[in-house]
Amino acid sequence: MGEGAVKRAAFPYLLLSPAFLFVVTLAFFPIAYSFWLSLHRIVFVLPHLGESFIGLENFARLLQDTRAWQALKFTLLFVGTTTLSELFLGLLLALALHQPIFGRGLIRAIILIPWAIPTVVSSQMWRFLFNDQYGFLNLLFFGNHPELYRAFLAEPISAMVAVMAVDIWKTTPFCALILLAGLQTIPQELYEAAKVDGAGRWRQFVHITLPMLRPTIVLALLFRTLDAFRVFDSIYVMTQGGPADATLVLQFYGYKKMFAEGLLGYGAAISVVIFLFSLVVSIFYLRLIFLKK
Amino acid sequence: MSPTKKKTFFSCLIIGVVFLYLIPYMWFGLASFKSQRTLTAIPPVIYTHQLTLHSYHVAFQQKDLLLYLKNSAIVAILATLGSIALGVLAAYPLARLKIRGKNLFLLLFLTVSMFPQMALVGPIWRIMRTLGWLNTYQGLIFPYITLTLPLAVWILVRFFEQLPQEIEEAALVDGCTPLKALWKVILPLAAPGVFTAAILIFIYAWNEFFFALLIMTYPARHTLPVGIALFPGEYTMPWGEIAAASVVATIPLICLVLFCERYIISGLTAGAVKG
Repeated sequence: MGEGAVKRAAFPYLLLSPAFLFVVTLAFFPIAYSFWLSLHRIVFVLPHLGESFIGLENFARLLQDTRAWQALKFTLLFVGTTTLSELFLGLLLALALHQPIFGRGLIRAIILIPWAIPTVVSSQMWRFLFNDQYGFLNLLFFGNHPELYRAFLAEPISAMVAVMAVDIWKTTPFCALILLAGLQTIPQELYEAAKVDGAGRWRQFVHITLPMLRPTIVLALLFRTLDAFRVFDSIYVMTQGGPADATLVLQFYGYKKMFAEGLLGYGAAISVVIFLFSLVVSIFYLRLIFLKK
Repeated sequence: MSPTKKKTFFSCLIIGVVFLYLIPYMWFGLASFKSQRTLTAIPPVIYTHQLTLHSYHVAFQQKDLLLYLKNSAIVAILATLGSIALGVLAAYPLARLKIRGKNLFLLLFLTVSMFPQMALVGPIWRIMRTLGWLNTYQGLIFPYITLTLPLAVWILVRFFEQLPQEIEEAALVDGCTPLKALWKVILPLAAPGVFTAAILIFIYAWNEFFFALLIMTYPARHTLPVGIALFPGEYTMPWGEIAAASVVATIPLICLVLFCERYIISGLTAGAVKG
């Protein structure tokens, strides 16, 4: 093999190397580093303690940590409620947008706006709408009776409902657009054939639309579940995990431990738990996608 | 359900949905033009003729909104350029050259998009502190490039693969080097793909909050989302100014969505539909 041939064989890898370098140093290495940190006791404000190896002690403490369990419970409730609602409402919206209606392009663009707006902005907006004294929702529900006005974000149940509702509100359009793109790939002939066979609309939906849409639905669920697991921005802005930890989610708890309390090792242990959950979810959905194929 | 009934049902649904989104936005947008006294009136005042630009004035002149805007623009634009440059270089061999382990590399990039930020942020924060890059633009741009590379590579590979193989063979026969063929032939033809990826990356970087919150801790270095989340108020929440800053942060995004809707949707669904 001449020098030119070696160069040619190396060329593709040379092009790949910058991107590869970034991904390895700022994604794969940090993940491994998180595992390493989770096995150590590192307290930021007490540097003289050093970074002592303590095995699985952080994880053992995590099992005893009632706040962590509460965060896990609410995270799971959040993930389940929001992803399923977004999928169901998104499907309904996608079916509506699939009809030949006037101004469909414009409506599609309008529906894209909630997706594009920063979560911090929409969360501040809803915090303002939920305000206990001059919030729009209090006006809507109780009119000119300020004595009835409620502090929605200061009561556990309504705060939990509020943060989930805001997530559903913001993300349903995204699901709808993904599902709409899936709907548009279903060949029209299938429906024509079904009509000839005398299948009603409901049967067409169950026997053609849903099975054909299955890969898109599973992928949308995968994206949404992973995203819901790392919910942070809206909790940070709207409730800071309160009241009384009612809306505490894992990522916010990990952030608190790591950056507010400076417990780097313990925070890393929480992040490892989040990572493992994400991994299981990804493998579960990816299996669903590839098994069918 | 008869066809007409169905059509009415879906039309009502869509109109309802449009209002469900428009009313909150309008209420919040209007808040940026109300005086503090109108804003905090109990019960709330729906509309007033006394609209004012006071909140914008305060946010720009007395608070740091202009700085946030500048920081966001620098970070988002440079992260987009960086991610596209690295993404093009990586997607080209993956899509069009003979390369061993192609699927492994693709999988490697896709895996990154599934990593939770929480599991990355501690180590990245430590790396940036060691480099002295906390509160610097590159300290945020480098993580953003990394986190958006999967998206860039994924979209660009799909667009590059669609181009016929002969194009670049002709260029190579004409004596172009592969790099020149990429630059002169492939890239112009795949421009819609590059554009699509660039819009999505820009929106991601413009909106990102978690890393920005932890890496840009000096107020003068805040990006828009961090500034909006932490907007300082003296005694009460400065809702007018928060609303004004939100409008400023949102306008570029609304323009992007209205003018580039097609590209955004094709980018978002690139993986989901044919995947």
